[in-house]
Amino acid sequence: MKRRDFIKKSAGAGIVAGAALTMGGYDNLWASAPAANKYDLVAIMGGEPDAMFDLAIMELGGMGSFVKKGQKVLVKPNIGWDVIPELAANTNPLLVKRIIKHCFDAGAKEVYVFDHTCDNWVNCYRNSGIEKAAKSAGAKVVPANSEKYFQSIDIPGGVKLQKAKVHELLLDTDVLINVPVLKNHNSTRMTCCLKNNMGVVWDRGYWHSNNLNQCIADYALYERKPALNVIDAYNVMVQHGPQGVSKEDIVQMKSQILTTDWVAGDTAAAKLLGVDVEKIEYIPIAQKMGLGTMNLESLNIKKIKM
Amino acid sequence: MRSHSLRTIRILFSALVFICFFLVFADFRYLIPTKYINVLLYLQFIPSALKFYGLGTMAAGGFLIVLALTVLTGRTYCSFLCPLGIGQDIFSRIGGKFKKKFRRYGYRKPYTILRYSILGLTLIFTMTWGIYVVTLLDPYSIFGRFITYFIKPLVIWINNFLAGIFGKFDIYTLNNIHVKGFPLVVYSIPVAFFILVGLLSFTRGRLYCNTVCPVGTLLGLISKVSVFRIKFDESACTKCGRCAVRCKSSCIDFLRTDVDVSRCVDCFNCINICPEGALSYGLTGLKKKKHRTDESRRRMVVGSVLMLFGMSSVSKAQEKPVPVPKKPSTVKENKTSSVCPPGGISIEKFNKVCTACSLCITACPNGVLQPAFKEYGLTGMMQPVMNYHRSFCTYNCTICTEVCPTNALQPLLLEAKKLTQIGKTHFIKDNCIVKTEKTNCGACSEACPTKAVHMIPYEGNLVIPEVTEDLCIGCGHCEFACPTVPYKAIFVDGNPVHQVAKKPENEKSDVQTPTDFPF
Repeated sequence: MKRRDFIKKSAGAGIVAGAALTMGGYDNLWASAPAANKYDLVAIMGGEPDAMFDLAIMELGGMGSFVKKGQKVLVKPNIGWDVIPELAANTNPLLVKRIIKHCFDAGAKEVYVFDHTCDNWVNCYRNSGIEKAAKSAGAKVVPANSEKYFQSIDIPGGVKLQKAKVHELLLDTDVLINVPVLKNHNSTRMTCCLKNNMGVVWDRGYWHSNNLNQCIADYALYERKPALNVIDAYNVMVQHGPQGVSKEDIVQMKSQILTTDWVAGDTAAAKLLGVDVEKIEYIPIAQKMGLGTMNLESLNIKKIKM
Repeated sequence: MRSHSLRTIRILFSALVFICFFLVFADFRYLIPTKYINVLLYLQFIPSALKFYGLGTMAAGGFLIVLALTVLTGRTYCSFLCPLGIGQDIFSRIGGKFKKKFRRYGYRKPYTILRYSILGLTLIFTMTWGIYVVTLLDPYSIFGRFITYFIKPLVIWINNFLAGIFGKFDIYTLNNIHVKGFPLVVYSIPVAFFILVGLLSFTRGRLYCNTVCPVGTLLGLISKVSVFRIKFDESACTKCGRCAVRCKSSCIDFLRTDVDVSRCVDCFNCINICPEGALSYGLTGLKKKKHRTDESRRRMVVGSVLMLFGMSSVSKAQEKPVPVPKKPSTVKENKTSSVCPPGGISIEKFNKVCTACSLCITACPNGVLQPAFKEYGLTGMMQPVMNYHRSFCTYNCTICTEVCPTNALQPLLLEAKKLTQIGKTHFIKDNCIVKTEKTNCGACSEACPTKAVHMIPYEGNLVIPEVTEDLCIGCGHCEFACPTVPYKAIFVDGNPVHQVAKKPENEKSDVQTPTDFPF
């Protein structure tokens, strides 16, 4: 059910009741802010991307737990491919838009969106639907097509990756919200939270030629970590990833995972995708490096079905 | 018609045309839709004639309109529609401001033998040998190369400067664009012509148009029967000579009250300068004056043209530095053929029709089209060739095929382009990271839009690329993405004759929509 349909139907059932349903979430958002981070991971299933996010973020105490008034926020979706939203090679634009709205509602001063794309960046931004969605929510959609936008950083403790060039906005913003789309990946088997970082850096070729899995884990050591990871598993590309060929590659899972632990997020996502998490080498490596846990049993997980 | 406003109309119209051409070639943000570009280019003489020759339809009949226009009005094309001609007018104007004497053109005799020889040789060469002389001399293509090679980088440089300033204020409406030069050698011809055309127009007005340009000469020949032309009112003329001094074609012999119509480009400057109103533009009278066709001894122009053919070749392409993997790759790519852009049908056919105007090169949003140096042989220099070390052909794009004014690249629908195999990819396992470093990579397969390049199990948990040739369209994304140096582990070998790739078939996976969380 689309949000628009939902509102229409609620109107039929009774405007007051409908309004209470749709608006109730935001009231709670402010009321329940102190109860932040009761859960390590929130998984939700069965709704539209934006409606699922509304509910799930509430369980984490609302966006106010992550974004403080006056802060600059970087929302980093996957916009890697020149592909339409239905084929799910990029993050769902509806979700991106809703996250940006929550950021502004929480008092964000500015919200930025970019990705260092694999295909032609103008086409990716446009055809993914993300540019339009993000701009309509008031975010600044920023280019990442030129090395000029990237600055050198050090990654102390990196095994293979000790230096990288990251987008200047990663350094200039206060909060990072990582919004990967869950996909099959041809060589690492899955792309999600940790691998989404490849769109923040300039020189991906170095990663590919210097033990890709180790580099992915190494980069996660870098101090600018996401405050929140929102995994888009609404439409999931289960084969021919990360670009996909046609709609046959997509399975609609109508799911979403919110977590502050990206190793746990990737572990849960791997289960959703049906891939043995041990085979996605960068995840065990990242756990070993102390970047998070693969042991979901040890976490306080909230599961919601809509 | 004794209208003084003709000159003003000419200036306004030509300025508009020039600005349009300038924008089309310098449009580094790819904002101008191709349908407008096609409208603008419809009347360009040589591209239209080539397209007409290939297609035989009136959809490519722009040059016929130009011929008719010339019979009616004389060489108005040269003043109103030719971007190189208008550009020269700008140069002449600057030249005149810069040094007064340059404006004092005065009557000069035409280089009759030279200009008709160039026209004749161009025709003969083109019919017996190939397109190459047209490529060198087509005024539209020369103009296109000027903007693409010299001006566009300048425009981007200004954009980057402004983008840098805006960026400081958190404004990202302009974005930084990396300027990549072409191989140095391909600049030689545009540079030589820039000097030739620039110098001649700076000092001598339309001397280039009236001596070297085959289109100018051909239209000049036709102008001899034109209906409308510049006329003298002999009774009013005081033989003051102002018109001759003002004539940038140096074609007014005021002492004999005669205008050489074959050189007159209908700029109408003389009408306005004449204090007696003795010059007008109107229906031709019956009175004919015979021209003396003097032979010229001047060799300067011949020398300039010959110089072009004796150029040395010294240089290397400047390519973006790529990261160095631990071990350099060892097996050289064995490219048997270069890759010609989609819509070219075959390299042979393409080479015959392309005049290297560079419009596709400047319009390609990915910058994969580059002017060739020796990929097509010396005669194909400057024609566009796919360069996969620089970029790749983006899957959802047909722009180069849409803008080509000569039909060297034939228009392709997106669905057809996605199945047009311009080359086939070849995997060199011994260069591949997966084999040499024993680590996962997959950059090539990740980039492949058709999954012609896919991964198969290798040692342990590793996967390694495999190519299904039928599915490959030769877009080069795999070659571009491959991180090995100095040689790539995967490369596209061109198809001399383009083929049709197999449509990628896809089956649904057995992964099911989950009903509950698997954790």
